[in-house]
Amino acid sequence: MSVLHDPNPLNPNAIEARGMSIYYGAFRAVKEVSFSIESQKITALIGPSGCGKSTVLRSFNRMNDLIAVARTEGEVIFHGQNLYGPDVDAVEVRRRIGMVFQKPNPFPKSIYENIAFGPRINGWKGTKAEMDDLVEQSLRGAALWDEVKDKLKESGLSLSGGQQQRLCIARALAVEPEVILMDEPCSALDPISTLKIEELMFELRRQYTIIIVTHNMQQAARASDYTAFFLMDQDRAGMLVEYGPTDQIFKDPKDERTEQYISGRFG
Amino acid sequence: MANQARVGVEGSSTVLSGVGSETLNLRKRSRPGEKFIQGTLFICGIISIFTTMGIVYVLFTESWRFFGSPEVSISEFLTSTTWQPRVGEFGIWPLLNSTLITSFIAMVVATPLGLGSAIYLSEYATPRIRSILKPILEVLAGIPTVVYGYFAISFMTPLLRLIFGTSTVQIYNMASAGLVMGIMVLPLISSMTEDALSAVPRSLREGAYGLGATRLETALNIVVPSALSGIIAAFIIGISRAVGETMIVAIAAGAGPRFTFNPFEAAETMTGHIARISSGDLGFDTIDYNSIFAIGLTLFIMTLVLNILSGYVVRRFREVYE
Amino acid sequence: MSAEPIQPLTPGSVRRLPQGEDFRRNIARRRFIGRIWRYLFFSSLIIGVIALVTLLGTIVNRSFGTVAVQERVNPATLADRPLEDLSQEELLAIAQANISGNVRRRLDREEPLAERNEAELLRIIEEFVLQREVVNSWPLSETLFNYRHIEEQAAEEFPNARLEFRSWVSWDFIVRPMSRTPALAGIRTALLGSIWMIVITMLLAFPIGVGAAIYLEEYARDNLINRIIQTNINNLAGVPSIIYGMLGLAIFVRGLEYFTSGQFLGPGGAPNGRTLISAALTMALLILPLIIINAQESIRAVPNSLRQASYGLGATQWQTIWNHVLPVALPGILTGTILGMSRAVGETAPLIVIGAATYIVTDPSGPFSSFTALPIQIYNWTSRPQDQFRDIAGAGIVVLLILLLSLNAAAILLRNRFRRSI
Repeated sequence: MSVLHDPNPLNPNAIEARGMSIYYGAFRAVKEVSFSIESQKITALIGPSGCGKSTVLRSFNRMNDLIAVARTEGEVIFHGQNLYGPDVDAVEVRRRIGMVFQKPNPFPKSIYENIAFGPRINGWKGTKAEMDDLVEQSLRGAALWDEVKDKLKESGLSLSGGQQQRLCIARALAVEPEVILMDEPCSALDPISTLKIEELMFELRRQYTIIIVTHNMQQAARASDYTAFFLMDQDRAGMLVEYGPTDQIFKDPKDERTEQYISGRFG
Repeated sequence: MANQARVGVEGSSTVLSGVGSETLNLRKRSRPGEKFIQGTLFICGIISIFTTMGIVYVLFTESWRFFGSPEVSISEFLTSTTWQPRVGEFGIWPLLNSTLITSFIAMVVATPLGLGSAIYLSEYATPRIRSILKPILEVLAGIPTVVYGYFAISFMTPLLRLIFGTSTVQIYNMASAGLVMGIMVLPLISSMTEDALSAVPRSLREGAYGLGATRLETALNIVVPSALSGIIAAFIIGISRAVGETMIVAIAAGAGPRFTFNPFEAAETMTGHIARISSGDLGFDTIDYNSIFAIGLTLFIMTLVLNILSGYVVRRFREVYE
Repeated sequence: MSAEPIQPLTPGSVRRLPQGEDFRRNIARRRFIGRIWRYLFFSSLIIGVIALVTLLGTIVNRSFGTVAVQERVNPATLADRPLEDLSQEELLAIAQANISGNVRRRLDREEPLAERNEAELLRIIEEFVLQREVVNSWPLSETLFNYRHIEEQAAEEFPNARLEFRSWVSWDFIVRPMSRTPALAGIRTALLGSIWMIVITMLLAFPIGVGAAIYLEEYARDNLINRIIQTNINNLAGVPSIIYGMLGLAIFVRGLEYFTSGQFLGPGGAPNGRTLISAALTMALLILPLIIINAQESIRAVPNSLRQASYGLGATQWQTIWNHVLPVALPGILTGTILGMSRAVGETAPLIVIGAATYIVTDPSGPFSSFTALPIQIYNWTSRPQDQFRDIAGAGIVVLLILLLSLNAAAILLRNRFRRSI
């Protein structure tokens, strides 16, 4: 188990899915997806609605566990271990692999408490001054510190949408994850806030592996290193069609369906 | 009504074909039928205002007579710890005191149990378990209070006397009434709390899980605080219900006002006293008759303040998530 | 837009989170605490279930059980066959031969003995000739698990009595009028009183409640008076029921006595205003907020597109409401009405204050007769110290709960139909 949090420099793959299928009850939502996500890069998952890309993303930190009828087959390898192995704890997984959601969801607490919540529940051992320091660093890490440093006691809900989303990113940074999953983080934001989040992602890439689901193909083209294209098959199950460096996917797709999607013929 | 039906949804083809031959008239028409219906419905709505005015009028005028009679003074009513109409002692405290004690016991039972079962139903239960257990609470909520009174006197009281001894626990006692009242208030608190908990957006829970919180940490640190206004409102409504509850205390808490803090002793509550005094053949315009209205007024003000307070808590402290 | 520099977290300075084995232990501890709380939450729910089971158990326990029956006169001395086999004439002869004096005159005044049927005569003979009485009773639990003890106790205290199993809930119990002897008492008067009251209550409360809900949802503009009406209804829903009783006592029983006692119809009305109509009026006011709030919810749930479609065809507002909104909202409205109805059936406190009669043997004959009601009867029996009154109170509760259960089952069925149709 302890391997789970020992970074292995020899393994450039942060996460690897092997033959992963996800079911909701009897319905197969995702069919046999296999791909490796390189560490400290931004990987975008794109595809039409309902193709299972969000489901795949959520399976990387076992958020699908929260849905009673959901079931995952196959393996997701993280630091050489299967996240769906019998003795893997979902709580620990989620601390290592953080998540930012589609709609900003700050807790109805102060900005400070929003950041401090994660470390506290995860057994933070430090002084008040150290916590202040962590809050500041997390907010700086999410490019939010200058905007909120004078109102840390105010409710997280008082911020604008874009600020709320960066607060959610800062909150995720505070528990020191290795991977950050982003589920359409900009879909509820205006273009300027979106740009800020994209800039932030580029910076975060130095330290973290980022996987982002997006509906916006320009965003995928602009802001990612790798792109995975998903599509529904005839049984309405999502499957991975093509995966590769973003440049290649957008300029020279190997698969005809990718090309059709990129050039806007369906989806 | 008849002329309206012609332009109505069921307008027949003859009427429609007539449009072409006449000159089209789009001027406003008066529709006396519509106005009459609207007026009638308004009166239905205004009846509730009359009810409130009636309650306030009745309570105040009869209380006025009560306080106007020579043997009563408002200061005595508000401060004295004896209520003995025979000797002209009218202090509300013995009645108020036992109302507060029984309600307190009820809330001590109902609050943790109501909160616990609401958290379980909303955060833990699978749909199957929910569908089995939730109706049971609903059944509890639908049982008439006289049945709870029966339960108190024929089960809870003997049980308490068995546990603490017949010399400690009197046949009629506040503890038994309070405990059973707690069971009665439990489903109310539980269902209001559960409504408040399930109104907390799912995204907040996911946010907490995404940071590595366990189910308990999510429930206690995120969901419960987010729903706090609703939970407090449920608690206040629960108190209001317990204070106004009559049958359980009338049956199990005993007759005769007594100023005591011992829950194992008999002491009549405000509602219990009103019920006992009025169940005899009460003559109008006696001091007894007027006195129950003064008690009723006290009770009405207490519950009204509690109800308004709970509405205020909900409006003032509700988080808006959108 | 400020171009804020992004500063990556410097791991060394903030690493205060447990790592490795430390974190494993941390998670194990949190999981453990989580499990304990989960059990606590679950057990509070289970306590609710246990309370319900115990409550029902207590009632059933008292409604069935063993009784010791004793007769002053041995039936064998009256006839050579069991009394049940005798004809009306033979029973009449026995009754006439053995009952005399005041009792005879009273019975004859109610209805001459000769005109009574076999069942009634049998009951009269049992009560007045045999003087059959239940001298003791034991609950169901003792009957099932400790019958030997019952036998010993009966043999010692009532050597002449015979033990029989008795269901206090029975057809006799439902059709017999009130009696001062628990074993012979029934709830006929109370049940009829409750039914009369509910019917009148609903006739008053249903149209007014639905009317008010339609007004508030469809017509009322957002102005001061309408906001007051709405707030007022919400607050009325929280007023204790006993306060409504006091309103009824002062206004209907006393203030409007001339009308509620039926005196305005001519002589022969009730002696005072403590009549069915007063009770029904009070109950109607009591359940109005409940009906209005529920009806408002189901009217609000009707999709607006439906209204617009109707207006688009040139319907007036009332035509739209009557033809399109109400039919869709009706099941929901009825559900709320039934819930209000079951509230009214079980309410006791306001009836006590209004002064429902506690002992009355004549059936209610109309809105202006004095009455008693099922919960009043239960309350009255419960507050008596003798055990057997506790038994029939339990039986009364069984009848009341069955009544309420059927009402609620109807409400649930309607609600499910409602859910499907939307």
